[in-house]
Amino acid sequence: MLKDITFGQYYEGGSFIHRLDARTKIILLILNIVFLFLAGNYYSLALCSIFTAFVLTLSKVPARMFLKNIKTILPIIIFTSLLNLFYGTGGRVLFTLFWKLTVTTGGISRAVFITGRIVLLILISSLLTYTTTPNDITDAIESLLSFLRVFGLRGAVHVLAMMMTIALRFIPTLVEETEKIMNAQKARGADLENGKLLDKVKALIPILIPLLISSVRRAYELAEAMECRCYNGGVGRVRMKRLRFSLRDLIAAMGNALCCGGVIAFNILL
Amino acid sequence: MDNQIELKNVAFSYENGEEKRDIIKNINLGIERGSFTVILGHNGSGKSTLAKLMNGLYKPTNADGTVLVDGIDTRDEKTEIEIRRKVGMVFQNPDNQLIASVVEEDVAFGPENLGLPPEKTRERVDEALKSVGMYEYRKSTPHHLSGGQKQRVAIAGIIAMRPECLILDEPTAMLDPKGRAEVMDIITRFNRDEKMTIVLITHFMEEAEFADRVLLLCDGEIIRDGTPGEIFSDIKTLKETGLDVPQSTELLYELKKSGIDVDTDAISVEEAAARIYAALHLEEK
Repeated sequence: MLKDITFGQYYEGGSFIHRLDARTKIILLILNIVFLFLAGNYYSLALCSIFTAFVLTLSKVPARMFLKNIKTILPIIIFTSLLNLFYGTGGRVLFTLFWKLTVTTGGISRAVFITGRIVLLILISSLLTYTTTPNDITDAIESLLSFLRVFGLRGAVHVLAMMMTIALRFIPTLVEETEKIMNAQKARGADLENGKLLDKVKALIPILIPLLISSVRRAYELAEAMECRCYNGGVGRVRMKRLRFSLRDLIAAMGNALCCGGVIAFNILL
Repeated sequence: MDNQIELKNVAFSYENGEEKRDIIKNINLGIERGSFTVILGHNGSGKSTLAKLMNGLYKPTNADGTVLVDGIDTRDEKTEIEIRRKVGMVFQNPDNQLIASVVEEDVAFGPENLGLPPEKTRERVDEALKSVGMYEYRKSTPHHLSGGQKQRVAIAGIIAMRPECLILDEPTAMLDPKGRAEVMDIITRFNRDEKMTIVLITHFMEEAEFADRVLLLCDGEIIRDGTPGEIFSDIKTLKETGLDVPQSTELLYELKKSGIDVDTDAISVEEAAARIYAALHLEEK
């Protein structure tokens, strides 16, 4: 039930992709997304597909995990492709539905292209969360944002990272607590499932208020515990775990660069 | 006498608008280095406040009250970190003490804040986890551990800072009997083997069994101060303080009241059995 919700969907493994530095993965993901949008024709999109398929196989994460992700956003894919199908112009007119809704070959081509792009986008993005623990992602973001230090925002970066760490740590605890409160309210006769939308929203109030109060109390206790462990806002703090770039990251970056170069070349030449 | 912590004329009160509530009333107390002290008190007796006064989390609210840790006044803000490192503190709810979602990263939090180099931190984390028997779980998430295991991780997080004194504020209150035994075992071991000063705050009298000294706290005042034996034979005071007396001790007390000559200073079942056995043999002779 609720307990099964995990933030991020880490899939344990020891593949090449798993062992990449989290920072490398984030940067390359951004790069990949940019180039997915730059890919202007079928040839470059095909190149992107081949590359994505290669990387996905390399991660050894089962295909059904990725399919599951695609399935959840299937409505969005269908909606976007339908929109593109009717709005796309050019090519022969195949048939006209009622009013002015015409389907052209150009429209079909465009819909297929956009669908391909969205699917690739989702596949490559889910790869990051499947192969990287939330903690590593947090550390990587802290490290990547550390350039903000130059602008005197060192404190802000640290606070952001600390907030993410604590949020991650407390998600299961708060989920458990929510379940407890829900059961307690149900035992007192609360009806959480039936009724109109408004009734359902109203039924949430007796759950959210105790949860909020207990969270504030937790925060207070946690702050005291952190103070007892010599925390003073991150001044002079030295992390035990350090992210390290290795040869592996260089190989991954070069592989990616090749793919990106290919996309540009195909865009221009074909 | 070499005192690790010294409280002189310490008082603490909350002010809520016009209402003023005295939580701690004029306490004078020295905690000897390497000793094992148990502070017993019922809910609302001020025992948590007393604990927080000892590591400078709270400061005395009266002007002439001072708390000294190794001779350093806790009021001095500059030495705050030093005091917190020396006097580690473990709280009741393990869930609200763990910061990271990986055990070893959580234990590393203290040493990281002290600014130790990564290799040193690593060393201390491994050592601390081994000392509480949680080394195999170093990669787990706290969420998947039992209450006792979580509390052991919390203790490891403090131990990794290498404190000289450990204050535990009802560390077993939320644990099942098994978890309670695990935590108590670790505490007594640290005191015995590492000569660590221990201050255990609790309302479970059974936990006072291994202490050198027991203090009875009632409404912000120390009303009794003695060895476990001395305190436990005084069942009348204990009951008046609102504490749950262990069943075995109570049995001895009732036996004595009904005229059987038996020593009432036992806490555990085994001890009580021995006392009754001795009393029976005495009568036969």
